[in-house]
Amino acid sequence: MRTILFLLQKEFIQIFRNKTMLPIIFIMPLVQMLVLVFAANLEMKNIKMKLVDFDNTATSQEIVSKFKASPFYNIIGYSYSVEEAQNSLIDNSADLVMVIPPNLEQDILNGQSPKVQLLIDAINGMTAGLINSYSSMIMLDVNKDIAIELMKFSANQQLKQISIKQRFWYNSGLNYKHYMVPGIIVILVTIIGMFLTALNIVSEKEFGTIEQINVTPIRKYQFILGKLIPFLLVGLFDFALGLFIGKLLFGVPIRGSLFLLFSFAFLYLVLVLGIGLLLSIISDTQQQVMFLTFFITLVFVLMSGLFTPIETMPLWAQRVNIINPFAYFMKVNRMILLKGSGFFDLIREFLYIGIYGIISIVVAIRLYRKTS
Amino acid sequence: MVDKYQNSIIKVRGLTKRFGKFTAVDNLNFDVSQSEIFGFLGANGAGKTTAIKILCGLSSPSEGNAEVAGFDVYKQTENIKKNIGYMSQSFSLYEDMTIVENIRFYGGIYGMPLTLLKERTNHMLNRLKMTEYANKLIKEIPLGWKQKLAFSVATLHRPKIVFLDEPTGGVDPITRRQFWDLIYEAIDIGITVFVTTHYMDEAEYCHRVSIMVDGKIAALDTPDNLKQQYNAKSMNEVFLQLARKK
Amino acid sequence: MKQLLAFLRKEFLHIFRDYRTMIILFGMPIAQLLIFGFVISNEIRDANIAILDYSKDYQTQKIKEKILSSGYFILTVDLKAENEIDAVLKAGKAKLVLVFEHDFARKLEKTGKAELQIIADASDPNSAEILSNYTRAIVNNYMIGINNGLTTKTVVFTEPRMQFNPGLKSVFMFVPGTMALILLLISAMMTSITIAREKEMGTMEVLLISPLRPTQIIIGKVVPYFLLSFINAIVILALGFFVFGLPMRGNLLLLISESMLFILMSLSLGILISTVSKNQQVAMFISMFALLLPTMLLSGFIFPIENMPLALQYLSYLMPPRFFIVIIKNIMLKGTGIMFVWKETLIILGFTIVFLIASVRKFKQRLE
Repeated sequence: MRTILFLLQKEFIQIFRNKTMLPIIFIMPLVQMLVLVFAANLEMKNIKMKLVDFDNTATSQEIVSKFKASPFYNIIGYSYSVEEAQNSLIDNSADLVMVIPPNLEQDILNGQSPKVQLLIDAINGMTAGLINSYSSMIMLDVNKDIAIELMKFSANQQLKQISIKQRFWYNSGLNYKHYMVPGIIVILVTIIGMFLTALNIVSEKEFGTIEQINVTPIRKYQFILGKLIPFLLVGLFDFALGLFIGKLLFGVPIRGSLFLLFSFAFLYLVLVLGIGLLLSIISDTQQQVMFLTFFITLVFVLMSGLFTPIETMPLWAQRVNIINPFAYFMKVNRMILLKGSGFFDLIREFLYIGIYGIISIVVAIRLYRKTS
Repeated sequence: MVDKYQNSIIKVRGLTKRFGKFTAVDNLNFDVSQSEIFGFLGANGAGKTTAIKILCGLSSPSEGNAEVAGFDVYKQTENIKKNIGYMSQSFSLYEDMTIVENIRFYGGIYGMPLTLLKERTNHMLNRLKMTEYANKLIKEIPLGWKQKLAFSVATLHRPKIVFLDEPTGGVDPITRRQFWDLIYEAIDIGITVFVTTHYMDEAEYCHRVSIMVDGKIAALDTPDNLKQQYNAKSMNEVFLQLARKK
Repeated sequence: MKQLLAFLRKEFLHIFRDYRTMIILFGMPIAQLLIFGFVISNEIRDANIAILDYSKDYQTQKIKEKILSSGYFILTVDLKAENEIDAVLKAGKAKLVLVFEHDFARKLEKTGKAELQIIADASDPNSAEILSNYTRAIVNNYMIGINNGLTTKTVVFTEPRMQFNPGLKSVFMFVPGTMALILLLISAMMTSITIAREKEMGTMEVLLISPLRPTQIIIGKVVPYFLLSFINAIVILALGFFVFGLPMRGNLLLLISESMLFILMSLSLGILISTVSKNQQVAMFISMFALLLPTMLLSGFIFPIENMPLALQYLSYLMPPRFFIVIIKNIMLKGTGIMFVWKETLIILGFTIVFLIASVRKFKQRLE
């Protein structure tokens, strides 16, 4: 126990004296929260639309006005040539071109079904899907209005209307930032925990100090605890800092129990640090460990459900996510913060992360050799 | 039959270490007794560092036996580590910590009681005339100081044996002389010193020296006997003769 | 020349001996493309849904059938009371809850009005909105259907056309970004780290006093990474083309020249980073946090720039990859020529010149 205290004292002295480490611990969370949360935005609030209205009647005007009324669309101009309008897709000045055919109104009155064309820049499949979804909702509205008009006009009979009440729970304003903040906090905590642990141990290798430690009677578990505890504390600190910024700056609610949240964060950090330890054991230089960590983080973050739900992924990807630590914490953090989910909703995640963490530490202790 | 080496603190019998096809250490046999300064000489790549790492429990031998402070180098490495000090060629003080922080750290992990640690720290800093620099970072002090400090730290917990792997590389003769004064003080309090070097003048300061050539011990005796045997004026000549022979 | 060749040989040996790094350099773009190609999709299918049906009549039955046969939803929980909703959503058992009011069919017949409530778990706002939209569309269609007998079937159809990417494959979006990222990673990050490493280890001094001229040293350092980047770019393009069916609508030669320009830009950036950082760790962190993260976030790689606050949009103008991504998209996917990308090309050229001048200055300062 005393040995561990001496190890801890040494680690803290080194952390607080390290000019690269301190900004990473204290400044990076701030910058990441500010830049990432604002940048990582997949809601479409400003769809640039170009209009080609060949009809130019009251009905076509009505369609246009529906789009204008939506907060999502920004009509950037009109054109009378489809080709010219398409060019604005190519030079990125528009995301969407709407082409209203000639004789639209006349066709409707004649009982035909005219087609309004939507040309969407679909290189970003995700936003294109959203644009399509928004646009069809508006057109659905248009259709309903026209249908009702026509029905009133043709038969004086009662209409059957199903009114739909939409309610968005836990995030009634559909604030995308509330969704992103918990995810970004997870990334932040993981990167800091994993990178710092891995780099720290590899740099002791590079400077040869680890050899000096290896000839002392320190036990493996003591050495490893001495390395893990400081970064565990740093990780928890940054987690708290992230939550604080999220609450203060973005108004992210904390609906569930903070104790539950921090308990999970603790287990999660044990796992992440264990992985960092493993990475450092199999690497010889800081460059290697940096690349390795970067690679693993990148793959895991992309698969973690940060911006697309895991349920939409193919089955094999969902299976891969069983070993993806990010995926668990991402889910749990969102559930506890935004929905106030309780322990019984999260038993499975607690169990997995707990067991997984123990495995990673045990493997790390096994693999770590005091002899070469 | 009474083993004449019964009291030896390091016993090495047939010690061999291979890396693939390359034999770095080939069938070593020697004994070191308590309070002895045992010089372990050889050209670069002769196998000195490999041998020292085995004796410190950092590496396992391929063949042969060795006992350090009465403990087996295969199975009892952790016990060995409690009884030795070690100072390597690339020193191992933390550059971003101060002198006194390094002392405290190493003393602490050897389990020294705080009062004793304090007492020895003060004594050591006094002896090294570094008291007023106690709070300087290691990276700010000169190389010679670092080496003297590293040695004192390695003997802080009063180990039975201290292993020094090329402790005086790259410093001037005066500093090296001061370093050897520290070594003599260590044997006065009963510590055994096992030192590798390629400075032949330093070999003269040892009680006994062994000279390694290509992984084998080519000669082992007191410096005076060796000089006589090879009819040489200095250890340097002895060494050159041995190296040429192969 | 001979000296330069010897030096180049040494650099190549360094790089290829470190097989772990090599695996990562070639594995990373492949893994990324696989993820983007096969994993990330915006289409939601089989979402879990819970239904609270107070009425249980023929109308609600039909609507439920329509919804559950749409392929978007799977019924996981049949609720009995309103107070169960919260628990179901909190446990994550459903993303959407439909509530049919009492006497749904009777009200619809008698008063012509009935109410359906959609309660969505908006902790994931995008999914909530998309799922809610799906449901509304299904119910509205049903409504038009039951009124069909009364009216003409006149409706305005919408015909969406997904330009440039009819299959809405997310890999279209990500190939250009991955190219930019990996080229930056190899050219800028690797170069800066290796040069910083030589400085840290003191081997740079040895090189500087050797008969090699400083420009030769820089060339020797840079050429291997140039080749490596170039091979990687080709691998990424080939993967995109053969595995993911990405089109090559524009001129391949133009695309390759633009890539080379971008690699040159990255290399000069790498040299600049190495001249300002005193050791590996600093070079790494600069590359990581000033280069890779912004590239992923602010260049329009994953997140559309137009959605960002103005300050970040301005910041994105300082990110060279932003322009490279536009160039690749335009040439490859939109099939345009130099006419639509000359501005971006000039900007990248400008960055290259600025970085080179800055590093030459910095380098001279150090030597003096």
